[in-house]
Formats: sequence, structure tokens, C-alpha cells
Amino acid sequence: MTDRAVRSAGDTPPAPVGGVSPSRLAAGRKRYSLFNRRDKLTLWVMAGIPTLMVVFFILVPTFASIILSFTSWNGIGGLENIKFIGLKNYSDLFTIYKQFWPAVSHNVIWLLFFLFIATPLGMFLAVLLDKNIRGTRVYQSALYMPVVLSLAIVGFIWQLIYAPEQGLLNNLLGRTEQGNQISWLGNPSLNLWAVLVAASWRQVGYVMVLYLAGLKGVDPALREAAAIDGATERQTFFRVVFPVMRPINVVILVITVIESLRAFDLAFIVNKGLNGLELLSTLVTNNIIGETSRIGFGSAIAVVLLVTAVGPIIFYLVRALREENE
Amino acid sequence: MSEIVSGDAARRKKLRRYALHAFLIAMSVIWIFPLAWAVYTSLRPYDETNRLGYVSVGGVYNLDNYIESWTRGELVKYFVNTVIILVPAVILVLLLASMMAFTVSRYRWRFNLTLLMVFTAANLLPPQVIITPLFRIFLKLPLPAFLSDNGVFYDQYIGIMVIHVAFQLGFCTFVLSNYMKTLPKELNEAAVVDGAGVFRTYWSVVLPLTRPALAALATLQVTWIYNDFFWGLILMKTGDKYPITSALNNLKGQFFTDNNLIAAGSIMVAIPTLIVFFALQKQFVSGLTLGSTKG
Repeated sequence: MTDRAVRSAGDTPPAPVGGVSPSRLAAGRKRYSLFNRRDKLTLWVMAGIPTLMVVFFILVPTFASIILSFTSWNGIGGLENIKFIGLKNYSDLFTIYKQFWPAVSHNVIWLLFFLFIATPLGMFLAVLLDKNIRGTRVYQSALYMPVVLSLAIVGFIWQLIYAPEQGLLNNLLGRTEQGNQISWLGNPSLNLWAVLVAASWRQVGYVMVLYLAGLKGVDPALREAAAIDGATERQTFFRVVFPVMRPINVVILVITVIESLRAFDLAFIVNKGLNGLELLSTLVTNNIIGETSRIGFGSAIAVVLLVTAVGPIIFYLVRALREENE
Repeated sequence: MSEIVSGDAARRKKLRRYALHAFLIAMSVIWIFPLAWAVYTSLRPYDETNRLGYVSVGGVYNLDNYIESWTRGELVKYFVNTVIILVPAVILVLLLASMMAFTVSRYRWRFNLTLLMVFTAANLLPPQVIITPLFRIFLKLPLPAFLSDNGVFYDQYIGIMVIHVAFQLGFCTFVLSNYMKTLPKELNEAAVVDGAGVFRTYWSVVLPLTRPALAALATLQVTWIYNDFFWGLILMKTGDKYPITSALNNLKGQFFTDNNLIAAGSIMVAIPTLIVFFALQKQFVSGLTLGSTKG
């Protein structure tokens, strides 16, 4: 699919992103021949600098991660100390490294929590707020406020709620004495859920804002037609609005998956991503900072993260391109 | 929606409206509450909460925690660090992204689509995928002395700035190229007829018309780069050079278990983004949605 799209870019004019008419592209072609050498050079520089930056600082490290994952290197000395050890890092990761499978399962739980709770709640709120109701701006503002906050701040704000002795939750539950405290962030079977609630506080608003913008773009005539046909609100949404919103649904789905893979800040702030909060992202980080930096091994974890992320990214790009071609 | 309805249905409809408002009010209160609680905690001196308990009303309220966390946490220093990174990063990313967007959206290139795809994909990757090699590159990659006091990218403001620019280029290019495609094609032709070269067409014709998208993106980028925790944490070594969001974690250690101080510090660090929330909400939201609705 991607292959086809790329190839078509070579022999036909590129697929326009924002609906450029063929005539405009033809005009572009004609203009191309009008360039003098200086214009051509200018264009090359204007496109070249950003491209080089992305290639050098993002793509090269991505491929380097893949290569390093097949090696053993402790980071000391030059590149000549790198030894290729085949798949050993991966087999160690899957069999010996105790934190790996918990991290994978935490990432999966994170994804499922977002996918089935935070994201649908955000979408649901968007649908409610899309109705012509009084005070909708106020509600929107309240729900979207956490989106501007950094996850670091989100972590701190929620620590005021979760703290064992001074925290709001334990005070309300009367569990502040030594011995009967609930350690919301310390107990490894509780802390992931506590952190997920805090993360959702932000995710719900994020999804709500995006979905609301999508809903505003739905042709009102569609709803009117559905209402005339006697459809209930629920039917109108699921049978008419939701299918029309396909492009934005894809964006929301991709954002949900990517955000779950990117989850890092909250877990790291609570306990450096240990003891119940292991995530792939924190494992990578803990393997490169600190005294014993195991570069090859850390890279293998990064590649697992990469492979998981590539699926949704390609899915998104293919969908985005198909929409344009239609 | 003003069709004729019977009395019974109208009453039901009214009831549903009330239920809807009740639900939305409840949700809004729940959503505001954590921040409101942090503000409340921050206004009470430590002794007062000790005397009356954490969940209590009354006693003394003042701004002592703000003053103390501001001075003891040396927040000014970290705010300055953030500004040193943030301002050039936002200007540079918008400049480079608009140039890239201009070339791919206004002209026909062989690799247009491939480039856009690569840029977008690069922006979607989790940063941890690239951090291990990037960390090594930053340790080795030389920089002239006037840009870096240790001669490399690691532990330098410019290093953090550069990685922000590289990472955000994808998103900004994507948004701006979509925006520029909606501008009429005649603009380029008119510019050519007037004898303007490519750069003039970009700078004096297309860029001014892109201003709304640039404003929205600038708001978004300021917030995102300000909020970055990860790059600062990993690619900076000297504690004194940490940007404010990454520095928060160290402040926690300094303030030990004084939650009131932590609350006040967090609120102060959140203030710039809350200003964005109150003053530039429209820009922020349109920046977010420009990236999703036109994709």
C-alpha cells in the first residue's frame, strides 16, 4: 500500500494533501520549467536543511538502534569495541530479563485502559458537548484544562491526592495511620491503576477537543435527514455520524496507541518506572542512564518499542494517503 | 430541532436536558478538582495543615509557600533555562517547517510524498526509540566553542533545542503544508510575473498568508516544548542547566515531604501553560485540530 503510494509519487504528480485540483498541479509543472538555477538552488536548500535534520537526528538514530540491538557494547571506548552477538540481546530480553514481560503487560494495560475507558469517555463528552446546549464553552474549558499541563505537573498534582499520609484520598478514607495506610503509588498492584487515572485526566480532554472539532465538521444536513427519517439520537450517531467521522476516528485511534507507547513521564516521576510501573520506555531509559549502560540491550528494548509503534504509524499514513487520493 | 412535539415528549426532553447538564457539571467539577486542590493546598502554611489536618477548612491562608519554593527552589534559574531553549526552538521549527511545507506544497517534487511520510512518521515515534544512539551521538558530535562550552551537543542548551526542532518538524510541516495547499495557486504565478524569485515568493507572499496557522502552531509548540520532561532529563547533565519541567523532579527531593511547598512549586511551573489555556485557548485548540482534521 505504502509502496504503491510512493511509486505513484514518482511518475504522477504527488497526491495532494489538501485537495489540490489537477489543474493546479499542471500549472506547477509549467512553472517548474521557468525556474532559473538560483531558484532551484533555493528550493533545494529550503527543503534540504529540514530534511537533513530529520534524517540525521531521527532516522539515523532509529536505524542505529536496530543495528546496536544486535551488538554488545557498554559505551566505553570507541565504536571498535562494538561486538556483534546476533540475537542474544533479544533472547536474554525474552527469557532472562525479569522486567521485560511486566513492562509489556503494563504497556498493554495502559493501551486497553486508554482504548476502552479514557478515549471513549472523551468521545462521549464531545458528542454531548456538540449538542446545542447552554454553557458548552465552560464545560469544554473545564474538561480540556489538563491538556495544557505537562505530565510532570500532572504527576505532582496527583501525588497530592495519592500521598499516603498527607494525601487527600487516604484522609478521606481515614487510612492515614501507619499500618493501615493505602500506598496508592507504592503498592505494585495498585500504582499502575492510580497512574492511569491521572493519565486519563489529561487524555480524556485531549480526545474530547479533537473529536469535538471533527463533529463540528459533520454536515448538519446528514443529521437533519436522519431526524426526518425518524432516527433516534443514538441511531443517528452510530449509523450516520460515526461512519462519516472515519478519518478523525483513525486519528484518535492512532493517537491513543501512540500515547500508550510513549507513556513515560508519569511512571518515571512516581518511582523511576520501577516496582509495578515498568514500561518499555522506562526500561530503555534505565538501561542507558546510570553506571552500567548496556547499550545493545537497551537498544533491543527500543526496537521492540519501534516495531510496536511502526504498525499504527503505517496504518495511519496509509489511511491518510488514501483519503487524499479519493 | 424545533419540530412540533406533544406535551409529554416535551417534558421528557426537558428532563433529559437537566440530566445532561447535571452530568456535565459533575464531570467539570471532577476535572477541575485536582488542580483546585493543589491550589488550596499551596495556600496553607505547613504548620496549619499539621495542626488542622490536611483535609480541613479554616486557619491561615497565605502565599508563604510560593515565596519559599520560588527562592529555595531557585525557580528563576530554571525558567531562564527554559526560555533559552524554547524561544530559538520555536522560531527555528516554524521557519524550517514553513520552508519545507512551502517546497512540498507549492511545487512538484519527485519525493514530495515520501518526504511528508518520513516527516510524519518521525514525529510519531516514541522518543525512547532513538534515545540510546542519540545519547551517544550527542556525546561525540562536535560543536564550535561559541555554541557549546564542552564542545559537544550533550549537556548543552543547543542540544536540547536541536532535538526539539528535529522532532517537531514533522508535525509542523504536516500542518503547514496542508494549510498552504489551500492558498490559491495564482499567488505563485503572480509572484513569478512580478519577477519574484522562489525565496521572495515564500517570504513575502506565502508566509504572511500562513500567519493564522503559524500562530496556532507557535502556541502549541511553546506549550509542548515547555512541557517536555524527557529530553531535558536525559540530554542534560548539569542540574543547574535543566529546563523547568525536567528540574521539577529534583525540586521534589529538595522539598522533601512538604506537600504544600510542592503544590506551590507545581502551580508556579504550571502558570505559563495556564496562561496559554486562558488567553490563547483558541490558538491552542486550532493548532491541535489543524493537525488532525485535515489529515
